[in-house]
Order: sequence, then C-alpha cells, then structure tokens
Amino acid sequence: MSKSSGRTFFLRPQDMIGIAILAFILLVVLPLALDNFRLQFVGKYLTYAFVALGLVLCWGYAGILSLGQGVFFGLGGYCMAMFLKLEASSVENTKIQTTPGIPDFMDWNQITALPWFWEPFKSFAFSTVAVVLVPAFFALILGFALFKRRVGGVYFAIITQALAAIMTILIIGQQGYTGGINGITDLRTLHGWDIRTDSAKTILYFVCVGLLLACILLAFYVKSSKLGRILVAMRDKEDRVRFSGYDVASFKIFVFCLAAALSGIGGAMFALQVGFMSPSFVGIVPSIEMVIYTAVGGRLSILGAIYGTLLVNWAKTSFSESFPELWLFGLGGLFIAVVLIFPNGIAGLWQSYIAPRLGPLFGGAARRTTPPAATPPAAPSSGTAAPAAAE
Amino acid sequence: MNSQVITDSMNKDFVLAVEGLTVSFDGFKAVNDLSFYVDENEIRVIIGPNGAGKTTVLDLICGRTKATTGSIRFKERELTRMKEHEIVRAGVGRKFQNPSIYEDLTVFENLEISYPKGRSVPGALTFRRDRAVKERVQEVAETIFLADQLDQRAEYLSHGQKQWLEIGMLLIQDPELLMLDEPVAGMSVSERKKTAELLNTIIKNRSVIVIEHDMKFVEDIAHKVTVLHQGKILSEGSMAKVQADPKVIEVYLGH
Repeated sequence: MSKSSGRTFFLRPQDMIGIAILAFILLVVLPLALDNFRLQFVGKYLTYAFVALGLVLCWGYAGILSLGQGVFFGLGGYCMAMFLKLEASSVENTKIQTTPGIPDFMDWNQITALPWFWEPFKSFAFSTVAVVLVPAFFALILGFALFKRRVGGVYFAIITQALAAIMTILIIGQQGYTGGINGITDLRTLHGWDIRTDSAKTILYFVCVGLLLACILLAFYVKSSKLGRILVAMRDKEDRVRFSGYDVASFKIFVFCLAAALSGIGGAMFALQVGFMSPSFVGIVPSIEMVIYTAVGGRLSILGAIYGTLLVNWAKTSFSESFPELWLFGLGGLFIAVVLIFPNGIAGLWQSYIAPRLGPLFGGAARRTTPPAATPPAAPSSGTAAPAAAE
Repeated sequence: MNSQVITDSMNKDFVLAVEGLTVSFDGFKAVNDLSFYVDENEIRVIIGPNGAGKTTVLDLICGRTKATTGSIRFKERELTRMKEHEIVRAGVGRKFQNPSIYEDLTVFENLEISYPKGRSVPGALTFRRDRAVKERVQEVAETIFLADQLDQRAEYLSHGQKQWLEIGMLLIQDPELLMLDEPVAGMSVSERKKTAELLNTIIKNRSVIVIEHDMKFVEDIAHKVTVLHQGKILSEGSMAKVQADPKVIEVYLGH
C-alpha cells in the first residue's frame, strides 16, 4: 500500500517541482528576458491559459469536450469591460455626447439612458464577483439542461459550438447594448489607476500570473480529490459510477461550471491587460483554438496546458508576423499531428521520453508513473494508457 | 430454505417484490407481466435461453430501464419511481455482465470510489482517505484475492481479476440486495472455482439475484431458481424441481 496510504498532501513532490518551475519562468525568467512589449503578449496568452486549465479538468479528466469555452471567456471579459467602460464614461469624459455619462457606443446608437443590466456594473465588487459567477451560472443552466437529460459526447460538443455562434450573433446584433462587432473599447482606468501605461501593464501581468498560479493550485486540488478520480471513472465507465450511487450529472455540471468560472477569470484579465473586449473572442474559432492549446499541451496535464497555450500563441504570433496566410494551415496541421502522433500532447512526450531520463535528477519524480516493481513495466505511451496516473 | 412456500404476496418479509412487471420496446414485450418475490438472505438464480429477458429484469430493478407497467418494491420502497443512484443508496447493488471497472485507476482507487461515503459533489471534494477507508479497502481486497495488487492500474488485471474487482466494488458498497449478471462467464476453471468460493463468502447477510448459464455453478449456489422464457416465468422452485420440469427441458435444458 505504498502509494495509496502515503499521500497526505494534495500536491505530490513532482507537482510542486513543476509548479515551482512554471512560477520561476513566468515571474522571473520572462520578465527579465523580454521587453515590455513582448511581456504584454505573454500576459495576453496567459489569459487563454485559464481557459485551457478549465478544459484539462472538463475535457481531459471528465471527457466533456466543450467547443464553446470562448463564450465563458467572453462573459468574464465583458463583465470586467462593462465596469471599466462605465468608469471611462464619466459625465466629464463624455460631455460632447448627446447623453453624457453613458458609454460612447450607446450614444451612437441613440440610446439615451443606461440599460438596467449595466447598472450593477458600476460597482467594482459586483463586477469582480460577476466575472466568476456569470459564466458559472450560465454553465449551470446549460449543464442542467443537457447533463440531466444525458446529452453527452459529440452532441454536447456540437451544442456548445452552436452556442458560441449564437452568442457572437447576439452580441453583434445588440450593438447599442454590447458595442456590437467592435466590442467594448477604449478602457482607461481602474479606480482612477490608468491601466494603459507600461508600468500598469507590468503590474497586471504579475497579477495575472498570480491568479493563474492560484487557479493551478485549485485545479491540482480538484484533481487529487476523490472528485478528480470520479471524473476519470466517469469518463471511462459512466454507468458503473451511476450504479455506485453517484448522481453523474451533478459531477458533470460541477466540472463544467468550474471550467466556465476559470475561463471567466481569464476573460477579465484579458479585458484589463489588452484594454478591450470584443465578440471575436467569443465565437467558434477562438473556442476551437483554445481546445487546440489544451490538446497541444496535453489534455491530461494541468501544467502541460499552460505550456501548450504559450507555445501555440508564440508560434501564432511569430508565424503570422512573417507568413500571415499560412498560419491557419499551420494550426490545422498541428492539431492533426497532435491527434495522430502525440495524443497526450507535449506533456505526454515529456512523460514518455524526457521524464524517465531525468528520473535521478528529480529524485524519483518520475517513479510514480510506472507500476510497482513487482509487475511488468507498462508502456506509458500506448494510446489511452497514459491518463490518470500519468500526470 | 428450499421448501419455503409463498403464501401471501403481501408478506412484508420479502426484500424484493416484483409484481406485474412489463416493459415493452416498440411493442415487443421483453418482460411480460412478471411477478416474483425474493426473501431475506435468499440466493435466487435466474436462468433461461438468450433473449428471455434476464438482463432486462436486472436493468428494471436497478433503474437502468423504466418499466412500462408494474411495480418493484424493495423493503417497502417503490423502485420504479426512483433514480439509479437513489436505488443504489437504498441498498441495491448491481454487477454488469462485462467487467465494468475503471481501467485508468488503480485497484485501490476503484474500490475507494465504491466506498459509500462522499457521494455528493462537496462530499467528494472533501473526502479524506482515512484509516477506516483504508482498512475497509484492504479487507475487501483480501476477500477478492487482490490485496497485493492495490497499486496496480486496473487495466493490467486479467479478465477474472477484473470480475473479482467489480464484485469487490459491490462488496464495499455493502448492498442488501446484490444482483450479479453472469459472474463466472469467460473464466477459467480455477477462476470459476475461486469465484464460487468468493460468492459464498459475500452472500452472507444479504439477498442475491444471479443470472448464470453454468448449470454446475447454479446447482452449487442457488436456493431457488426462476426460469424465464420470452419475458415470462416458465418455472420456479428448487433446482431439482426446475430440472425435472418438462417445459424447462424443452425450451432450455434439453439442448
């Protein structure tokens, strides 16, 4: 009973090393190595990493593929952007408008009073809570409607994708209330603190990293709890879980809401760092791109998904600078390669080829991934073999 | 125990009372007006040719399939109106025909998930692997001959071991009514023997319904046998009585 009895803390030693390395890279190496302009890019990429993190739990562990995570990223982002926009639209700033004191795009659309659902976003506290709760609540409704009816697999994926399309159309169509296709732009200050300056952006970068690390810890906790193992069990044999006395739907709803809440945080950090929010982050294409980040990083690896997000976005930025028209082909090719050649992504490659060789260095960090010495060593790279225990 | 006589269908001592149970799939009655009663601590074996509706009966009891008409009462509770997980929590355990275990988890984790604590979302998040859990898992693992495989991923177990693991997962649930669908199918002779031994230890203090084709095995364990044919009861009673029934010989045992 070596392993089963030994675990008392939710982080295993190799997890702690992994998190420490990631924290070191994000907090020390990148800020020192990159100029402000590039560091802001990394900050933006990291906001997508929140979505990828949610997808690891929801898709990787629980097997629920959502192709509409952009919706939740967008909801979180819009919640934050609405607050910032209201602050930027003070009577003083908007005195040239027909109706001063409301956001500029409303004025352009002949709206003369602030719509009721914008009112609460005058409060920063409300907006911060809404960043997490609005996406989670939306996911809750969707989860109830679908999981209670046992809609799953590819049908679920298609419905979420349709939802992403609907959301985009809704936002674009309701121009006067949402800013339409341009989104909510020209965000300036947070409680009077100008978020457009370089120093503010650097601070926001560190806030973003801090939040991401906190969310990573949360994800590790969920993964290592019994709930994490139930998610894996459900992915494998849903009926067995159900007939072991669990209400399967409530577990699916939970993990879907958690993934949505994480995406919302990412969206809010995006609005803060980049200074606008638009429907182009809500639709089908960004939603699928976020799935690709997760797949490339390794959908079963919490840390892998972060590296996957950074890597794909770095590649996207560098490639589209030189060959803008080729990038989409590159992305498509990358996705095919992940599915066919390395189904567990970068994390899978690391587990199979690099970690075993680093074993002595990390003081047995890789040892747990192989079965006990008494049994024949299992091939960790074989298709679906690597999952749960692999990470 | 073989000589028990059913006198009154309202007798409260029955653990399970199935009455007038019918389910039809697009007009085809897979189970047709079926009634039977299972006593406390009774081992009931259901036999019958393929397509007789045996597995469907188990599906109906555990809530996987909804009955068209009829009632299933378990300790005076009506199961036909309950959800699957509620039926499990009421004390009904079910083993599937093919070993249904979690291949990606270890033997320990497989058993732990079936441990009847922390079954809600908050409960599962805060579940602690305490001494009671570990001891119970260890105890069950010893019963199912897997004590030295606790850290093994379940996918590396042999077919027979997987069957045992699933039996162990039910055992740790400690159901009052245990339903087993062909527990020795596909097992080697030695595994079969060990399984019979295992079943004999775990059926104590509970009622059991077993579906099985292996007549030797049925003879070993059954208190009472129900023969199903085309969704109806063809014969019911002790093994000897059923084996001598000309109708049973004709449709099932004869070939």
